Amino acid sequence: MASLIGFNALIFGACSSLVIGFFSVINFRNPKKLDKKIIPLTFLQFIFVFVSFLGLIISFIASDFSNETVFNNSHTTKPLFYKISGTWGNHEGSLLLWLLVLTLFIFLFLLKSREQKLEYRLLTLLFQQIIIIGFFVFLLKTSSPFNYIYPIPDEGLGLNPILQDPALAIHPPVLYLGYVGTSIIFSSALSAMSLNYISKEWAKHIKVWVFTSWIFLTLGILLGSIWAYYELGWGGFWFWDPVENVSLMPWFALTTLIHCILVLEKRLLLKSWVIILSITTFTLSMSGTFLVRSGILNSVHTFANDPERGLFILIFLFSLIFLSLFIFFFFHNRETVYQNSFSLLSKETSILINNWFMMYFLSVVLVGTLYPIFLDVISSEKISVGPPFYHKLIVPFLIPFLLAMTIGPKLKWIKSGLSNKINLIIFFIISLSLSIFIVVNLEIKFLLNSILIAFIFYLFFISLSDLLVKRLNNLAQNMAHLGFSLFLLSIIFNSIFSNEVITNLKVGDTFQSEKFKIHFENLEQKKEKNFESFIGKFIIENTTGDTEIMMPELRIYNQPNIATSEAFIKTNIFTDKFMTMNLVQNKEYLNIRYQIKPFMLWIWLSILMIVSGGLISLFKK
Amino acid sequence: MYGRKVKLRFFFVLSIFVILVLSIFLVLKSLEENVVYFKSPSEIKNSPEFQKNKLRVGGMVKKNSILINSDEINFIVTDFKNEINVIYTGVVPNLFEEGKGVVAEGYLKDRNFFIASKILAKHDENYMPPEVKAAMEGK
Repeated sequence: MASLIGFNALIFGACSSLVIGFFSVINFRNPKKLDKKIIPLTFLQFIFVFVSFLGLIISFIASDFSNETVFNNSHTTKPLFYKISGTWGNHEGSLLLWLLVLTLFIFLFLLKSREQKLEYRLLTLLFQQIIIIGFFVFLLKTSSPFNYIYPIPDEGLGLNPILQDPALAIHPPVLYLGYVGTSIIFSSALSAMSLNYISKEWAKHIKVWVFTSWIFLTLGILLGSIWAYYELGWGGFWFWDPVENVSLMPWFALTTLIHCILVLEKRLLLKSWVIILSITTFTLSMSGTFLVRSGILNSVHTFANDPERGLFILIFLFSLIFLSLFIFFFFHNRETVYQNSFSLLSKETSILINNWFMMYFLSVVLVGTLYPIFLDVISSEKISVGPPFYHKLIVPFLIPFLLAMTIGPKLKWIKSGLSNKINLIIFFIISLSLSIFIVVNLEIKFLLNSILIAFIFYLFFISLSDLLVKRLNNLAQNMAHLGFSLFLLSIIFNSIFSNEVITNLKVGDTFQSEKFKIHFENLEQKKEKNFESFIGKFIIENTTGDTEIMMPELRIYNQPNIATSEAFIKTNIFTDKFMTMNLVQNKEYLNIRYQIKPFMLWIWLSILMIVSGGLISLFKK
Repeated sequence: MYGRKVKLRFFFVLSIFVILVLSIFLVLKSLEENVVYFKSPSEIKNSPEFQKNKLRVGGMVKKNSILINSDEINFIVTDFKNEINVIYTGVVPNLFEEGKGVVAEGYLKDRNFFIASKILAKHDENYMPPEVKAAMEGK
């Protein structure tokens, strides 16, 4: 019943899209109609999609297995929370969520842009409706969440247990808010460009959307990363896996856009950059959905899927790119003042330099992600690109990047000398000596690392001193930059000081290495509602005689019948102790991994700090 | 002579061009060094030259082939035509089972022994890595 309502609401929603398109075209120059008629219509469209989404959630809660999506992804014994989160834990439901956010955002956009020009608002609405119609057709044609199956099965297939997790329950909605937010930026940039409306006021108004999308995207990636850390049991937080890269690429573009939009707002420069980045960001967000859902990416994250869907998104994606390039080449007025407006020492120049670095990082990730697909198509040779590729190509270039990031904020707009030269030099000497001290004491072998550490410290000290001295002035930027330096420091120290032991143990066994003694005390068995749990008790003694009790868990879910490992993590301010236990073919040996990961908490905290920079910027007047 | 502005612009364009070429070269070079090829057991048996680089081997874990002791795990990867012994120390994903698909990453010791440093996890019991599928179909 709920499915039936949901399906019909979806069709009504699709029809309302056409009605909205029709009304906006005939009332293009009539200001009264927009606020009186069209805004209520977009609200109605949102309500239709919302009802449809609600219908799906209710089908999930009620375990209505006549619905194919519910049958494939749910089970009666699943806890209520995961029944609800299961709604978007699958392809069909997650697309419905995309659509829901799309319609919500355009409604909010129309409400929030009342002081903007009418044509601009209507044109943005039209571009947005093109995207919305595309998603409606995609959803109804290739991946309807409301397919009916008969005879009605008694029991569903269940949700993949690794997805039954609080962080992953909210990861897709948060990430999608970021992804879909870029669609508004895209439509708005296209419409502003066609109407030659790109101005300081426009920059100021779209900035809110840029920051909001960026905050959600960052948080979404953070959640996914935290989940991978404790659920996948590899003890890392980033694997350069294609599916992760796909979310990182729009993040690079969006971060660059944040900086460009500030230049546009202050100096009316970098117009082309802003436009191109707006288009790029949304295209990358769409490709993200395409690559993840089409099954083209050969990834550890890949779930079973269907090629027809991939083809549809690909065609849709190319039409959007084609449309935006067409508008770009025919409507965009180049900046005529380009030549004489950049002085070498100015804020905008350092931002421009880092734009190019960001684009370089983006291209590296793009090449690493797409090259295997490309090679497979042309030569059917199967390859994968490993983390060393990314490290080698990105890490050295972080040095000039960090320098521009440190010096840039100290410069003024238009043209400036370096004020406070002595301060800058003193801080640089402090950072350099600190890094030399660390490098010598820890015997880090690479020159590159020591230079990198020096520059990270440099950024760290400069941002910190600015944060303390200037207080509220430029608080957002200093917070974000300080967070970034802290983030890099945590990653570097994390990788240098990490320690791990991997071994296979039976109950009662003791493993002795140079640094630890691990004793497998016992294995306890417990029965839960939808899984059976085995909890191991390990006693770990280090060289100084301190002991630690670790209790990693192994779960065997009944539907689907899958084993998962729940890592046991002891977190404190400076270090994480991490243990997982894996089953090998029901043999008596268990596969054990014990890791000491310093500064893990700081990696998460520093990302939150970067996000808080964005939040401050969003809420200051 | 050309004016200062024209000269400046010329150098600007030239330097951008040089940087572009350099970075493309850099990317391609490190791509070449860091790419890991995927092979099936048959491809390893039949290839004329011995692979020294890092490789991925994929296929089925042969029935009753897993041996485990406190130091290492041994098993046989098969594509039903040829097989290869894998010696592995490290973390095993939970979906690693006899009769199921597997992808191992590491180096060849000789044509019959493969020293793995990583076994790739899968997240879905019904999911078969595309390379393994292709290897099974004997492509």
